[in-house]
Amino acid sequence: MGAMAPRPLVEVRDLQVSFVSREATVSAVNGVSFTVMPGEVLCIIGESGSGKTVTMRSLLRLHPPRRTVIRGHMRVGDHDILALSERAMNQVRGAVISMVFQEPMTALDPVYTIGDQIAETVIRHEGGSRRAAMARALELLNLVKVPSPERRLRAYPHELSGGLRQRAMIALALSCRPSLLLADEPTTALDATVQIQVLIMLRRLQEEFGMGVIFVTHDLGVAAQIADKVAVMYAGRIIEYGSVADVLLRPAHPYTLGLLSSTVHGQTRDAEIEAIPGSPPDLRALPPGCSFAPRCRFAVPPCTAAFPPTALAGLDHAASCLQIEAVRGAVPAHADA
Amino acid sequence: MWLYAARRLLMTIPIGLGVTVICFALIYLAPGDPVQSLLPPDATAKDVAELKHAYGLDKPIPVQYLIWLGHALTGNLGRSIQTNQPVLDEVTRALANTIPIAVISVILAFVIALGLGILAATRVGGILDRLATGVAVLGISVPQFWLGVILVIAFAVELGWLPATGMGSSGSEHFSWFKWSEAKYAVMPIIALTMTPLGILMRTTRSSIAEMLALDFIQTLRAKGLSNAAIVIHAIRNALPQILAMFGLQLGYLIGGSILVETVFTWPGTGFLLNKAILTRDIPLLQGTILVLAMAFVLINLVVDLLQTAVDPRIKRA
Repeated sequence: MGAMAPRPLVEVRDLQVSFVSREATVSAVNGVSFTVMPGEVLCIIGESGSGKTVTMRSLLRLHPPRRTVIRGHMRVGDHDILALSERAMNQVRGAVISMVFQEPMTALDPVYTIGDQIAETVIRHEGGSRRAAMARALELLNLVKVPSPERRLRAYPHELSGGLRQRAMIALALSCRPSLLLADEPTTALDATVQIQVLIMLRRLQEEFGMGVIFVTHDLGVAAQIADKVAVMYAGRIIEYGSVADVLLRPAHPYTLGLLSSTVHGQTRDAEIEAIPGSPPDLRALPPGCSFAPRCRFAVPPCTAAFPPTALAGLDHAASCLQIEAVRGAVPAHADA
Repeated sequence: MWLYAARRLLMTIPIGLGVTVICFALIYLAPGDPVQSLLPPDATAKDVAELKHAYGLDKPIPVQYLIWLGHALTGNLGRSIQTNQPVLDEVTRALANTIPIAVISVILAFVIALGLGILAATRVGGILDRLATGVAVLGISVPQFWLGVILVIAFAVELGWLPATGMGSSGSEHFSWFKWSEAKYAVMPIIALTMTPLGILMRTTRSSIAEMLALDFIQTLRAKGLSNAAIVIHAIRNALPQILAMFGLQLGYLIGGSILVETVFTWPGTGFLLNKAILTRDIPLLQGTILVLAMAFVLINLVVDLLQTAVDPRIKRA
C-alpha cells in the first residue's frame, strides 16, 4: 500500500447491534469499527455468538427491523447504509453488496431453477429480457466452473451436490458485479477437498473482479488461505486487528493466542491441545471490563474495571488488551500457521 | 412424471375395489333387515324368501358381491327401493345439483382464504393477522346448519331478499344459473358451504406461507435486493403444494355434498339424497350414492396428487 491511502470501500464506525425481545436485550455487537479497502479481503474470526455474522448482516440490513436496534455509522462506496430508505437499500442489495451464505442447502429457493434464481437478480438490477439474463446466468456458471453449465441452469438446487450448490450461490452473488462481497462461512458446510477448491476460486474471482470481501469464519486455516487483514471478534467487539501474518503469527491478544493454541497445526502426535477454559460471556449481561478477562490467564485487576483501550501492537496491528507485552512473551516460536 | 402418473393411476384400482367392498358390506353393517321393511308385518316366510330371491339375497355373500360389482362396473347400480328409479340416474341428477355449488363454494373459499392467508402470514402477530385468524376460527367453529338457519331468518324471513329453500320456483329441472330469479336460490347454500373450507384453507395458507417466510432462502432473496412483494411470491410458490393438497381435500368433501346444508335449504343434491336414503333405509340408493361419491373423492385426490408433482420439483416421482 502506497503512502497516499485511497478512500476505503467500507467504513464501519462504532457499530452497535442489539436484539430486543420481551424477555431480554441481547447486545450482539458492541462498538465495532473497521475499514476495508477496494480489492481487500478482511477475515472476521470468532466463535459462535461473537457477533461476526451479525456485523455482516448489518451491512445489508438483513435483521428484522422491528426487533433490532442498530447504532453507529456504516458506509459502503457512496452509500450511507443506515440512512438509506428501504427502497434505496433494495437497489444496493445484490448490486453493490451481495452475500454468500453458509448453508448452500437451504440458502437457495428449492422450487426455482438455478438459472431462474440468477436471472431474477440480473433482471432486478440491470433489467433486460429473460433471455439475456439467462445467457448471463450461463456465463456466470462458467465463471464459477460448474461442469456442464447448460444442464445445471435448468436444475433445481436439490439436484446439485453441496459444492456445486455453493458455486451456484457464488455465481448468484456475483451476478451484478458487486463491489463488496460478504461471505458468511461459505466453506464450513462443504467437504474438506471441496472447501479448498471453493476458497481458491473465491480468491481468484475476488482478484478478477477487484471486489472488497468480508469473509466470516471460525476456521483459522481458512483465514490464513484467503485473508489480507484479520479482525478477531469476541463478545461483540473486535479485540484484535491486523494483517494476516501479524495476527496469526504474532498475536497480541490472549484470546487470539488461545485460539491459535487450540488449533491443530503440526504439534507432535500425542501433545495435548490447549483449550480456552470457561465459556463465552452471556450477551444479555456483559461484565463492565474486558469480556475475556474471566477466562484469561494474563488477567490483572484493572482488566475488569473498564474495557481496555485499543493499543498498537505494531504498524497497522492493534489489540484491545492491557497485557500485550505478556502475551507477546508467551507466543510460541514456531511460525508455521 | 408420466411414469408416475401411470403408476398413480394404477394404484387407484385397489383403492376403488376397497371402496366397493365397504359399500357392499353396508347391507350387512346397517342395522335392520331391508327386506322386512319392504313387507307388511303379516308377510309369510314364503313371501320373505321370494323377495330375497328376487333381490338375490339368498346367494352366498361373495357371489352376491361379485354380481353386484359386475353390475356396478357396467353402470348398473340397481334401483332405488323407494322410487324404483335407477340409482345411477338419481345420483347423477343429485351430482349435477351439488357440483356447481360445491365448486363455486370451494373456489370462493380458496380465493378469499388465499388473500386473507397472505395478509396474515406477512403480518404475523399484527392486527390484520388476528382479524383474519378470527374469521378463520369462526368459519371452522360455526356449525353449518346453525349458520344456514340464521341466514334463512336474516335474508329470507326478515329481509325477504332471498328465497328460504328449494331450487327455483318450478323445481330443479328448470333451474338456471343465468337467471337471477333462479340463481338466487343458490346464494345462501353457497355462503353456508363456503365458511368451513374458507376457515381451513385460510389457516393452511397462513401457516404454510409464514413457515416459508422463516426459511433461510428468504434471506438470500432479500440479499438479492428483491422487493417484499417479490419475496412473498417466492413464499407462495413454495407453499403452493401444501395449499393445493388442502384445496383438493375440501373440494372432495363438498362434492360429497353437505347433508346438513342441503337438508336445511332442501337443495336436491348428493347430501340431500344421502339423507333421504338413510332415513328410508334405501340400501341400493345408499350404496350407489356412497360408491359414486367415494370414487369422485379418489379421483379428485388423484388429480391433486398429479398437480402437486407438477408444481413441486422436489417431489421426484419417476
